Amino acid sequence: MIEFLTNPWPWYFSGPMIALVMFLLLWTGKTFGMSSNLRTLCAASGLGKNIPLFQFDWKAQRWNLAVAAGAILGGFLAHQFLSASTAVDISPATVDQLTQMGIVDAGNSYMPKMLFGSDALTNVRSLILLSLGGFLVGFGARYAGGCTSGHAISGLSNFQLPSLIAVIGFFIGGLVVNHFIYPFLFS
Amino acid sequence: MKTIVYFSIGLLFGITMFMSEAASWFRIYEMFQFQAFHMYGIIGSALFCGAIITYVLKKFSPKDVLEGQPIVIADKAPGWKRYLYGGILFGCGWAIAGACPGPMFTLLGAGFYPILLVIFSATVGTFFYGLLQDKLPH
Repeated sequence: MIEFLTNPWPWYFSGPMIALVMFLLLWTGKTFGMSSNLRTLCAASGLGKNIPLFQFDWKAQRWNLAVAAGAILGGFLAHQFLSASTAVDISPATVDQLTQMGIVDAGNSYMPKMLFGSDALTNVRSLILLSLGGFLVGFGARYAGGCTSGHAISGLSNFQLPSLIAVIGFFIGGLVVNHFIYPFLFS
Repeated sequence: MKTIVYFSIGLLFGITMFMSEAASWFRIYEMFQFQAFHMYGIIGSALFCGAIITYVLKKFSPKDVLEGQPIVIADKAPGWKRYLYGGILFGCGWAIAGACPGPMFTLLGAGFYPILLVIFSATVGTFFYGLLQDKLPH
């Protein structure tokens, strides 16, 4: 049991656990949607007070900030105490591809050092990629009205056509970037 | 009390994101290259269970355990433009940063501090969507 939990969780355990999180939030009267927290942060900062999207009672969303805070501690505990190894066992084909693109720690670490290592923020390319990626995630999630949790999990579980369209969009964007833009980003 | 409940649910979510490796940039790259079943298995099995849970909750509409209010699972507003265009932009960002909004928080806790720049940029992106909202097709 301990050994099972301290090794990377297999997909058939991870997926139902995500569904359990969604259930717990529904059962306690809320919904599963993490990108809403970004909207709450905008409203709480006070910067958005003249913008309709941010004119809402953000304090009513504090429960979701508590979920996010829990996710932060969960990441800390899992990394420090739960995982026996943080090497992600991706497929050999992926390791080969990434190694050729200069991401040499593929297959040996949890995140690429190039983007998430201690000196990533002194590298111009990493700064641009992290900022651009984050910006698009935040902009796109609110434009689409949800992210992976709100659309791909909650929405598709409820057989919502808009969520299916959004998830198809996620994959169009992701596939184009991954297959056609990446070779230029890392070369 | 309620805050502790939601914090605990988040804790379970954060541990799940890290241990399932769904928070790993490498898994997202591999997913978009169709080189492993892992991420599709996670999303697929989450959906399988999620659909059953959603169906049962809608059929029996029990009251929630904290407030005693009926559990409402709302439909998404109809339309397609915002979902397709917004989805494509989100997907581009997901592939570049390798993290979506849930795992961002997990990765911060795990100590990958450059994720702070991603979280900050994502908040700025959300802010810009708010600025441009009426000028975009929905």
